[in-house]
Amino acid sequence: MSANTAVAEKYRNNFLKEIEEQVEMGDWVKMCMQCGVCSGSCPTNFQSAWDHPPQELFMMIRAGKREEVLTSSSMWNCTSCYNCIVRCPRKIPITHIMHGLAEYAHRIGMAPKMQATRFFSGLFWKNATHTGRVNELKLSLGLYFKDGFVQGVKNGMAMQSVALGLVKAGRLNVLELFGGHKCKDQKGIHAMLAKAYEIERVRKAAKMAG
Amino acid sequence: MATKEYAFYPGCSSQKGASASNYLTSVEAMCKTLDVKLTEIPDWNCCGASIGYAEAGELPRHVLNARNFALSEQHMPGKEIVATCAACWLGARETRERLTHSETLMADTREALKEAGLTINEMPNIRHMVEVLIEDLGFDEMKKHVVRPLEGVKIAGYVGCQTNRPFGVDGESFENPQYLDKMVEMVGAEPIPDYEQKVTCCGGALAFSEPEKAQAQIKDIVESAYDHGAEMIVTPCPLCQANVEIYQGQVNKRYGTKFDIPVMYYSQLMVVAYGGDAKAAGLNGQVIKARRLEEIAAKPVKR
Repeated sequence: MSANTAVAEKYRNNFLKEIEEQVEMGDWVKMCMQCGVCSGSCPTNFQSAWDHPPQELFMMIRAGKREEVLTSSSMWNCTSCYNCIVRCPRKIPITHIMHGLAEYAHRIGMAPKMQATRFFSGLFWKNATHTGRVNELKLSLGLYFKDGFVQGVKNGMAMQSVALGLVKAGRLNVLELFGGHKCKDQKGIHAMLAKAYEIERVRKAAKMAG
Repeated sequence: MATKEYAFYPGCSSQKGASASNYLTSVEAMCKTLDVKLTEIPDWNCCGASIGYAEAGELPRHVLNARNFALSEQHMPGKEIVATCAACWLGARETRERLTHSETLMADTREALKEAGLTINEMPNIRHMVEVLIEDLGFDEMKKHVVRPLEGVKIAGYVGCQTNRPFGVDGESFENPQYLDKMVEMVGAEPIPDYEQKVTCCGGALAFSEPEKAQAQIKDIVESAYDHGAEMIVTPCPLCQANVEIYQGQVNKRYGTKFDIPVMYYSQLMVVAYGGDAKAAGLNGQVIKARRLEEIAAKPVKR
């Protein structure tokens, strides 16, 4: 049984409960009073691609629109500007719920596969935790080459002037490709993160069983 | 002995050859003048930034930040942690809040930290460098060291998001924070108090993954600075600085604009005003050269 089928089975007809138990800060969703200040404050909402602004997602959760919510690209458009958080009259931690929804959809394999920010988010975390510090060169190259070698070269060419400017200014080091900055105790970092994942997994599973 | 001492969390972008290395250069020179001693947390790690969310989950993200707290406590017990990067500051501060408010999260974090042979006994205070400047030193103290005022330079104070929301600097509003304008004034330059894009988001990590969305934001931020007659933009955030500076060429292609405005850190303005040269202020790290500041930095100092 896939991760998605397991949770869908367990929370049948109660998507709000699923979000409350499985999504970071999800228990705040029911507090939304549909005023729309978050949507009016969101920088990406003013551009073409936002299918569902936050308050709409919250209502969809309450209406049980599981598939539409979890496969939506909307929460991946969050720029983490925190405007919605500081303006929400109910003080709902909306930014964190957006991140939490995205993370959950990603975890159970429902998030849109080709979504660029989903890809970049995963890439960033893996890049940062691999050595304990971000390798900016590998991070950029990893993003350019996500759709294969040919597209990668094209993307690289398009970004050539930006990259050259940074190299000239001493703010991008091509030698980062062969190592670069890192923490000494990588082993400790990996062990501690593995433990953290394990604890979190056990806690979420306990909620599902309970 | 230095006037003020802190545990320092420089963050990934401040490292040598990284995108905000010139920020660190200028912070070091600025702190020397102000007699502020920053001691780097040994073997510090990445904060995870906001954008790590897809893989990070809740506990791993906080454990990552807690490792820095534990190292700081081990090597510099009782010292406050100072970050220069907005994202580092926000990430660390958020972890501090969550762990302080949840015994379960705190216990889980301690259990995970054990795997790295670390522990936390006391939760450190997390400060941004601008908080240290404003709250611990104050504008009068900062102004005392100005020996080369940036007279006649009009500068748009671009605060951006993450030093401003959700925590922000104490006593400032989220919609119209004033401290950056006061800092511009403090170095003898001319602020633009009605710069309406001062807290607009630069697009953050979407500048990499969905550039068309971020660049629409960047266009607004730069355009408004020009509309107000600014010669340069100043910011306290490494990602704001990079996004607003390095994509101006791409914005020009997309929108047919002719943007070419330097984007500086507050610390660079201060180093020049404090009599430092272009190198100490990290001016060689600008992709769009700040010629006006270079000229001022080459002038003799009024003592």
